[in-house]
Amino acid sequence: MGNKDIALMAHLMRRAGFGASYDELEARAAKGYEATVEELVDPDANGVPEYDELTLARYFPDMEVPSAPAMGTANFMYHLYTTPRPLVEKMTLFWHMVFATGNSKVDNPPEMLQQIQMFRDHGMGNYKELLVRLSKDPSMIFWLDNNENHKQAPNENWGRELLELFSMGQGNYTEDDVKMAARAFTGWTILPKIPRTPYQRHHWKFIYKAEDHDHSEKTFLGHTGRFNGEDIIDIVVEQPATANFMARHLYNFFVADEVQVPSWLDVPPKDPEAVEAIAKVFVESEFDIKTTLRFILNSDFFKDESVWFAKVKNPAEVVAGTIRLVGDFQEPRPGVLPMGLEGTYQGQDLINPPSVEGWHTGREWIDTGSLVRRVNFVADSFSNADMPGIKSIINRLGASETLSPEEVVDGCLELLGAVQINDETREQLLTHVRASGDLSRGSTEEETQAFGKRVTEVLQLIAATREYQFG
Amino acid sequence: MAKDPVLVIFQLTGGNDYLNTIVPRQNPLYRDYRKLVVIPEGEEVPIDDDYGFHPEMAPIKQFWDEGKMALIHGIGYDNSPRSHFRSMDIWHTCEPDKVGTEGWVGRSIQAVDPDKENVLTGVNFGQGLPRAMALPGVPVASVSDIENYGVLTGITDEEQRMRALDRFQRIYSPAIGRGPVMDYLGQTGLDALKGADILKTAPEMYSSSVEYAATPIAQKLRGISMVHQANLGTRFFYTQHASFDTHASQMAGHEQLWKDSAAAISDFFADLRANDAAENVVLIMFSEFGRRVRDNGSGTDHGAGGIAFAIGDPVAGGHYSEYPSMDEKDLQEGDLAPNYDFRGFYSTLLEQFMGLDPTEIVGGTFEQLDFIAK
Repeated sequence: MGNKDIALMAHLMRRAGFGASYDELEARAAKGYEATVEELVDPDANGVPEYDELTLARYFPDMEVPSAPAMGTANFMYHLYTTPRPLVEKMTLFWHMVFATGNSKVDNPPEMLQQIQMFRDHGMGNYKELLVRLSKDPSMIFWLDNNENHKQAPNENWGRELLELFSMGQGNYTEDDVKMAARAFTGWTILPKIPRTPYQRHHWKFIYKAEDHDHSEKTFLGHTGRFNGEDIIDIVVEQPATANFMARHLYNFFVADEVQVPSWLDVPPKDPEAVEAIAKVFVESEFDIKTTLRFILNSDFFKDESVWFAKVKNPAEVVAGTIRLVGDFQEPRPGVLPMGLEGTYQGQDLINPPSVEGWHTGREWIDTGSLVRRVNFVADSFSNADMPGIKSIINRLGASETLSPEEVVDGCLELLGAVQINDETREQLLTHVRASGDLSRGSTEEETQAFGKRVTEVLQLIAATREYQFG
Repeated sequence: MAKDPVLVIFQLTGGNDYLNTIVPRQNPLYRDYRKLVVIPEGEEVPIDDDYGFHPEMAPIKQFWDEGKMALIHGIGYDNSPRSHFRSMDIWHTCEPDKVGTEGWVGRSIQAVDPDKENVLTGVNFGQGLPRAMALPGVPVASVSDIENYGVLTGITDEEQRMRALDRFQRIYSPAIGRGPVMDYLGQTGLDALKGADILKTAPEMYSSSVEYAATPIAQKLRGISMVHQANLGTRFFYTQHASFDTHASQMAGHEQLWKDSAAAISDFFADLRANDAAENVVLIMFSEFGRRVRDNGSGTDHGAGGIAFAIGDPVAGGHYSEYPSMDEKDLQEGDLAPNYDFRGFYSTLLEQFMGLDPTEIVGGTFEQLDFIAK
């Protein structure tokens, strides 16, 4: 084992999805790298079905229109680990992390899920159109108080974050621009909310109130006119700062961990040429997200081995990746709620980021508490030899009658998705296995079980390594 | 021997509204500015002739009456950016001019325990580590659920688990020399292992007649009480409650936030006092900024100057610094102008209470107050 095509495919699937079983990696590698990118980027054109929402509705009606926040969290997580369109879900997660909206304030999980669905439906379309949709998204309007942004009493929250976090980044506009942006979005609001009943919340609806819109002349980023919200977005996306900021976000999410967003003003990108190249494609494609993603995933800077495992996995990747790897939830089963909460406990409460800034990423995912939690979760999942993915790993290794400690350790690493570890770490794993000698598949049921147990022990130790925290 | 001082930091995340927290009841400007987001006349809990607490803060008024609560008025810093993240970063790192990554509590932990003799010198209760506690090489335990804390707890066979833990320890050493993130992970793993072994003793040793509410903040303070009472040498506890970002529907939201916070704090001190564990504890509260003086009809927008609290037996209660002027001419872009630098607040705590030299920790010398009893 140890095939370069498989290793590269594993990298692609970790980044453009949530990892894959070895069987899937082999099948995709046989199809080819570029063909796989094409299938990920454009599932419609390649006949990849969407997840069947009716299955979810049938088995988990509570999650489809959740009455409790945790149900909404579980719904999103469920899509991440069951989707046949991994890149679509990955981009949904990306937008959720950039356009961070939190249920802590929105307090309406069904409405939050509408926003997530909007990212799912349009997150690989056009960025400018996405910003317009976002401006009209009821959860976002309420989250950043645009329903309190009136002609007579402007509220700057949405105007400010649109510029600071969703497009240009700090340092590229003035306080006056913020005020003008806020005024341009006056009247973009939601219909009065229907009060919730004990077991149900109602969806909200966007409405534009011309009578509450400030129609006066505004000067924004050097342009003057009677601007409305769409005009502001038109001007914003044309700013070079916007393309650079979004390109760096995409690099940070797909290629390698950058410093935290608030430092971007002061710290140059890790790979300025790559970010520049992404920005260029973004602008030239008139902000087409598919084109930009296709460029990133096929680029040399993405495929280069130096960026493999250069990102600390976020908790959604840990949870969804583990479930996909062990092959759990191939059919609906109880236990969906705890899987959503698992992300929460590891530090990423889906549909409820801590603030509009979103989660701090990279090494900040890791502290003593979250490290313990993620190691325990993955190790526990790998200990279950009844799971199809684990069973498959045991069977593949069991193709040989006896295995040396080296064969077991290297085989497990390969079958977990061509995982790379440091020599010293490998030596530790080998020492652990050597203590009990070579592995023999045996012939009796008892022997087979003992063989499986030794394999899962190695898998658990791999899950506990530092290297495994990267993806 | 006197017990070591212990600081509990309670962060009011989101920007707590100063005006409705400490109501300037005699100042007619308050009701001029605040039309709808206002504490109705007479409903504030009187502090004295001039000021009153938000009505839901009644359970913690006792500390004021006992002379154990200091109010630090007009706290903040110059050129407040009115951005949550930037503001919170400034409070966490004491770096108002550039983006810092090292936290003041992290530096304080390092000053207390430079040789890392105790991985539990700093303990955070909550999800994720606040930047205030982040400092490379300084271990901080971050606990979301103290009753189930440990590494590889899923391995039920005790002998097998011990073997795996032994290997885990070796895999995470050497902690240095493989690049910053790998090194950080290595140290974090080793610290987690060590901290978990010690922390698991705390719930076993704990018993209390105080029944905390089921709210998240009450449960976090209960966890802090457990670890404090287990005498594990923790000197800095950190926790937070959110979200005080009340741009809209503030009247209902702010009320619930203070209701939960005040009940939790009152229970926390009742618990410590009943168990003879309060005399060396100071709990402080702060928020990244105060909110705008004029309301927006439903809530209040991001402001500047705010209010901080210090509560506990070592505190000399009273008003410190001054309530900033509400005259139109004195406002900064519609906000209360901060008149006391938060780094002076930290310095007071570090020097007068914790016995540390604050200069390096907060990055300079700042005016201290006298709210620590002599």
